Amino acid sequence: MIDLSIRHVVGDLDLDVAFRADVRTLALFGDSGAGKTSVLNAIAGLLTPQAGRIALDDRVLLDRANSIAVPVAERRVGYVFQDGRLFPHLDVRANLVYGARASNGERVGDFDAIVALLDLGTMLKRMPTTLSGGERQRVAIGRALLANPRALLLDEPLTGLHSEARQQVLAYLTKLRHELRVFTLLVSHHAAEVAALADEVVLLDAGRVTGRLSRAEFTARYAAIAGVA
Amino acid sequence: MTGWLSPADWDALALSLRVAVLSVILSLPFALALAWMLSRKRFVGRMLVEAMLFLPLILPPVVTGYALLALLGRNAPLGSALAEIGIVFAFRWTGAVIAAAVMGFPLLVLSIRVAFDSVDRRLEAAAETLGARGWRRFRTIVLPLSLRGIAAGCVLAFARAFGEFGATISFVSNIPGETRTLPIAIYELLSVPGGMTGVQHLSLVALLVALAAAASATAIAGGVLGRRNEEGAR
Repeated sequence: MIDLSIRHVVGDLDLDVAFRADVRTLALFGDSGAGKTSVLNAIAGLLTPQAGRIALDDRVLLDRANSIAVPVAERRVGYVFQDGRLFPHLDVRANLVYGARASNGERVGDFDAIVALLDLGTMLKRMPTTLSGGERQRVAIGRALLANPRALLLDEPLTGLHSEARQQVLAYLTKLRHELRVFTLLVSHHAAEVAALADEVVLLDAGRVTGRLSRAEFTARYAAIAGVA
Repeated sequence: MTGWLSPADWDALALSLRVAVLSVILSLPFALALAWMLSRKRFVGRMLVEAMLFLPLILPPVVTGYALLALLGRNAPLGSALAEIGIVFAFRWTGAVIAAAVMGFPLLVLSIRVAFDSVDRRLEAAAETLGARGWRRFRTIVLPLSLRGIAAGCVLAFARAFGEFGATISFVSNIPGETRTLPIAIYELLSVPGGMTGVQHLSLVALLVALAAAASATAIAGGVLGRRNEEGAR
């Protein structure tokens, strides 16, 4: 469950967003510049909003009124960045276990299960530069999951991929959605991937929440551009 | 080869190599720390620190040597305090290491700082979200991705230290077997009748060491480590 209410105004960014959701996968849907990634950054702690409160399940990550701001490294959110951000000097295996090692003895995601789920077994010894865009994104997803996160944050995970890779990664994300019990917040401006993955959708425009749709409502409204019936 | 260089010349070469290597090893931790501060931290007096850092590059080396003598000489406050606990730098080979380290320090810090600056901060943010706190992020992300710059800085500082003359002769003088480094030996031979052959031989040795250092720097810039860093940039 996520309970978020943040305000942040700096330069061109004017963010005033509040939502609460208790679903498996929530999507933030909106055009570029709507403030979607800033919301993810605030949850991860990479951006500290000027005011507000963020809680994941029963854990408060940020509460400006009470001067609470959990450090980024302690938030345990699995952040899959739009550009993957694999560590270029580490092979796939080392990238995957990077977060697992950092979680200090707490139970971490099962390496073999995640590797099998994302079909990463054949690429463990490869360096990130030798991977295709789709493969890189799968490794980034695996790396985030192996850190045993309370929430998985997906920032436009299919953007920049060609259509075949997009379908491939989407299939893996759909599989994850069914097999893993981790709250996922998907940020996207692609109706098709939102329709395929989200249980509920928060519409964002210019830093404000402009609507809230169930999956069925979203699919109905955006059927034409989502390519779904 | 033994006859080609005199025993005293061999001593000078060995001393220069020892002084240069040790000066780099000793100053590397401080250079890493200062480069990190300058690359990532905002602090009061930062501009002053940056200006001070450049001083050994700008000042005549003899002045730097004199400053070291004024600070660490036997009669200087710090020097005499250290002497009481048995640490003496003036007119000792260890002092030559200090002089070489001071002269090479700016080159080391500047190279490392550029390397730190060029590490993609987004990768550090990614590591942080994966639970890596400051030291682990530095050790596992920043340091490996800065290896090329650090290695290049070490080569530059080594070369600077190997060729050091002015600060060394001012601070530790010319004591055969103790502080008579290769450049000082060459300088001394220049003023000795019939010393020209020795000058030529030692100059050739200096040239070979310089070429080896330059080749190392080139290899590092374009070699294996370099390729690893370029992969990071892609």
